[in-house]
Amino acid sequence: MMRVFVPKDAVALAFGADRVAKKIAEAAAAGGNAITIVRNGSRGMFFLEPMIEVETPAGRIAYGPVSSSDVASLFAADFLNGGAHPLRIGKPEEHPFLAKQTRLTFARCGITDPVSVEDYETHGGWRGLKRAIEIGSAAIIDQVTKSGLRGRGGAGFPTGIKWKTVADTASDRKYVVCNADEGDSGTFADRMVLEGDPLMLIEGMTICAVAVGATKGYVYCRSEYPHGARTFNEALNNARSAGWLGNNIKGSGYSFDIELRMGAGAYVCGEETSLLDSLEGKRGVVRAKPPLPAHKGLFQQPTAMNNVLSFAATPYILSEGAAAYADYGMGRSRGTMPLQIAGNVRYGGLYETAFGLTLGEIVEDLGGGTESGRPVRAVQCGGPLGAYFPPSLFDTPFDYEAFTARDGLIGHGGIVVFDDTVDMAEMARFAMEFCEVESCGKCTPCRVGSVRGKELMQHIIAGHNVEANIVVLEDLCQTMKFGSLCALGGFVPYPVLSALRHFPEDFRPRAAAAAAE
Amino acid sequence: MPETTVFNEGRARQIIAEHLSLEGPLLPIFHAFNEEFGFVSDAAVPIIADVLNLTRAEVYGVLTFYHDFRRAPAGRHTLKICRAEACQSRGSEAAARGVLAQLGVSWHETTKDGEISVEPVYCLGLCASGPSALLDDQPIGRFDKTKLAEAIEEVCAS
Repeated sequence: MMRVFVPKDAVALAFGADRVAKKIAEAAAAGGNAITIVRNGSRGMFFLEPMIEVETPAGRIAYGPVSSSDVASLFAADFLNGGAHPLRIGKPEEHPFLAKQTRLTFARCGITDPVSVEDYETHGGWRGLKRAIEIGSAAIIDQVTKSGLRGRGGAGFPTGIKWKTVADTASDRKYVVCNADEGDSGTFADRMVLEGDPLMLIEGMTICAVAVGATKGYVYCRSEYPHGARTFNEALNNARSAGWLGNNIKGSGYSFDIELRMGAGAYVCGEETSLLDSLEGKRGVVRAKPPLPAHKGLFQQPTAMNNVLSFAATPYILSEGAAAYADYGMGRSRGTMPLQIAGNVRYGGLYETAFGLTLGEIVEDLGGGTESGRPVRAVQCGGPLGAYFPPSLFDTPFDYEAFTARDGLIGHGGIVVFDDTVDMAEMARFAMEFCEVESCGKCTPCRVGSVRGKELMQHIIAGHNVEANIVVLEDLCQTMKFGSLCALGGFVPYPVLSALRHFPEDFRPRAAAAAAE
Repeated sequence: MPETTVFNEGRARQIIAEHLSLEGPLLPIFHAFNEEFGFVSDAAVPIIADVLNLTRAEVYGVLTFYHDFRRAPAGRHTLKICRAEACQSRGSEAAARGVLAQLGVSWHETTKDGEISVEPVYCLGLCASGPSALLDDQPIGRFDKTKLAEAIEEVCAS
């Protein structure tokens, strides 16, 4: 049976993929073509979605972006056999956007049927877990440590050390918790895993469970991702039926199961301790550390907590070995990072590559500059709490330490491009307002500081007492940075101060700026 | 108003009972109430507190912490419009103003015919295809007034 792939990634759905799939099924039935439609994930080239693919003897051939009105002409062009058509892209893996990527974590995304356990296995799935079961706790942790993997949620903490802490903490009940509360604007890699390769996350969490001795896992997914949640639940059921979750997994003696929980629209629940409180059924309020979640996490039990991408990286590390992963990257940033190129950019999407590309290469060469065609003015890296970089800093390599050295952060790998119409004072005001809306309220620097920060920005934008207010704003940012309990209040100074430092002209009254020229 | 907004204590107790085997069941219970009744009625608070052995203040505190849990009936459909940075870089604020004006509402309000409630959302993960919106469960990329009006017409007719 001929297979046609129509993604069900949320981006493809946002451009009518369901209608395309329906139209293709109808047209195939009418024409007597026997086809199976596979609803795959996205390859990550959002500018081509919905990108459909057909299996031909010469390999898979892609067409995109396809709308339902193109289906008739695709059939007329014999697309089922890879026929010529204006939307024909050719082999997707030869597309320039994909050809130069190093896809370790996203090797299967967009290729397989996301919820098929068999398809997953055919494409290298479960090998990491089988190896993990073979070698046991200490050797798994050794491999993850040697791979150099650092927490992909944003904090960059070494994953192996975290797992070792949980493994070394005695308890009759331990948890594995996956943070899928991907709230940062400009990021979508977690969503793509949930929708495009959820079994990889299940495998990664199970590897962690074997390593730390946990029996129960939770995935905390944000409610803004209804499609990811649905696909992940389907994958959970299929994995359980196939014996990859539950009691005595594949006769290994290890037992582990995973439950999906939905967040409820609170950004701060992406912070690990408030996520734990939220999972427990409480207000998502940040906890003071220590105790670390690794010692006393969910329901006060030792908890191994990582981002989707950290868990997703471990099947590869286990199956191919720590060195294979650590060979990629630069300095202390080892392996690959799924870059998420977003905002006003021509070629937006997911680009997995080794650490070390410069910001300029990412924005200009991979992203192709702005979609509006206007000059790039600013790039925000690392979500709403990340710094704004001007083009003069485009030589910064994508690496944890290099970004820190320039008062920025790579966070979860989101890169949002702005053209020259952006008003950076407005972006600074927005950062404070966002913090005000999303603050959990536990600590004063964040709860009150964000309100005062927004007010200060309103005064500055209105041209009231600008220089004096900027001094107060800078002082307030220092208080928030060093006095806040978590990264929400602690990092909101990054966008504000970077905007102020690199784009001071936007903070001064327009008339004065014009007069000064 | 659709009948799903009528609070029913018997059904409420049934929903709570269905979740009692979960660890930390409060958020799943609120989600289920939102789904069943369209909102979480104040009348549900003492019932939940009683069954879960929590204080009413604790239950109320959780209910009011999260943006998703509604405390009053809303429109038949929910339109979430992204206001985060990646969508802003693609002109979402102007696009949103146009949509709000067309619907005759502000943020967090419901259209007069009770069809559409509009909520801001901070990121839908469609960050290279904005401005983005989510109409019930249907994501919409590169929206403008016309595109959203069509989608709204379709969802109201269904």
